[in-house]
Amino acid sequence: MAEHRPHPASTPQSIRAEAIEILLIERGLLSESVIDDVIVRFNERVGPMNGARVVVRAWTDPEFKTRLLADGSAAVAEYDFEGGQVDKLVVVENTEAVHNVVVCTLCSCYPWSLLGLPPRWYKDPAYRSRIVREPRAVLEEFGVSLAESTSVQVWDSSAEVRYLVLPQRPTSSIGLDEADLPALVTRDSMIGVALL
Amino acid sequence: MDGIHDLGGKQGFGRVDREIDEPVFHERWEAAVFGMSAVAQTAGVVRNIDQFRHAIECIEPRAYLTHGYYGRWLGALEELFVEAGVLATTEINARARRLGAEADDLVAARPRSSAGTVDYAPRAAGAQRAVSVEPRFDVGDRVRTRAHGVAGHTRLPAYARDRTGTIVATHGGWIYPDSNAHGEGEAPEHLYTVAFDGTQLWGADAEPGVTLNIDLFEPYLEPDDG
Repeated sequence: MAEHRPHPASTPQSIRAEAIEILLIERGLLSESVIDDVIVRFNERVGPMNGARVVVRAWTDPEFKTRLLADGSAAVAEYDFEGGQVDKLVVVENTEAVHNVVVCTLCSCYPWSLLGLPPRWYKDPAYRSRIVREPRAVLEEFGVSLAESTSVQVWDSSAEVRYLVLPQRPTSSIGLDEADLPALVTRDSMIGVALL
Repeated sequence: MDGIHDLGGKQGFGRVDREIDEPVFHERWEAAVFGMSAVAQTAGVVRNIDQFRHAIECIEPRAYLTHGYYGRWLGALEELFVEAGVLATTEINARARRLGAEADDLVAARPRSSAGTVDYAPRAAGAQRAVSVEPRFDVGDRVRTRAHGVAGHTRLPAYARDRTGTIVATHGGWIYPDSNAHGEGEAPEHLYTVAFDGTQLWGADAEPGVTLNIDLFEPYLEPDDG
């Protein structure tokens, strides 16, 4: 069984995970295929490419953008994205006047079906503690310099509502083929820690 | 609970440590923990998300800060598997020792002995529920948040206690985490987004032009009479 595996970077938690994994496999509750499926699902099907499709459509289809900002859940329902239920999606639009950024200070709530699993920094104490207290300083560290006249709206996802930032369309993208636009939309821009 | 998880506004954690081209899972054990969470739901060990979040809040606080996201999940899942009687701490310890664990390794899980007979059963899919009473507040209302912490699970961050804000959105009725996490029923409550001016939260240290929008349940709020 897995006891023969080498442990290139063992930590107390990785060892304990392996112990519990083996015990659950022995109980017939867990299987290697379940773990393989998790890896494939979140690498190939559930990720920021889904959110990017929504953003590009909002950039290119004003009627959809209106619906998306009015009722995010209803607007994205037609995509039938997998990856965890979003009971209510609220999409907040970045403009010259307003910059939105999303956090979950109490745990790590995140719109999985649109952005996949969150990056480590989103779940770590530094971001969760600081973005609510000094968002401009944190955004500067991410390379986002905002004018003092730009209002900063921080969204702390403390319930089951999930937030997605609609980034501003970069002027450099004007004239590009629509099929090339999703690649421009980064995960970080949809969290609100990057501009495009 | 006033746990280590309630991180908003805490100071001293330093710069945000980002990783370029970060993989979805860094190591297979992280995906294994994700798989365990699915198993725990199927097996009825994790009955609802609020129960799971509270189990994470109850792990060893040093482990909370140092074991990472999947380490925190692992600690919560171990607690819940042990509390449900599916696994025993002694057998996990024994297996971990055979895999190279040290006797003094920090273990995240702290299973609680008295789970009791409780009602964790979901009444419907999702978390939105009808509430029989009318919402107490509407958009534009000024509110003040509850001043004190509570022993159990709650979703009012400590940094927003005893502060005044403005209702900017109403979201209808939702399962109340403070009840549902403890198996005391879904007990739905109205949910609002409340906007707080940065200076209301951080005083003179606040950065200019910052608004905090926090989703808060009705029991956390009282009308602000100014």
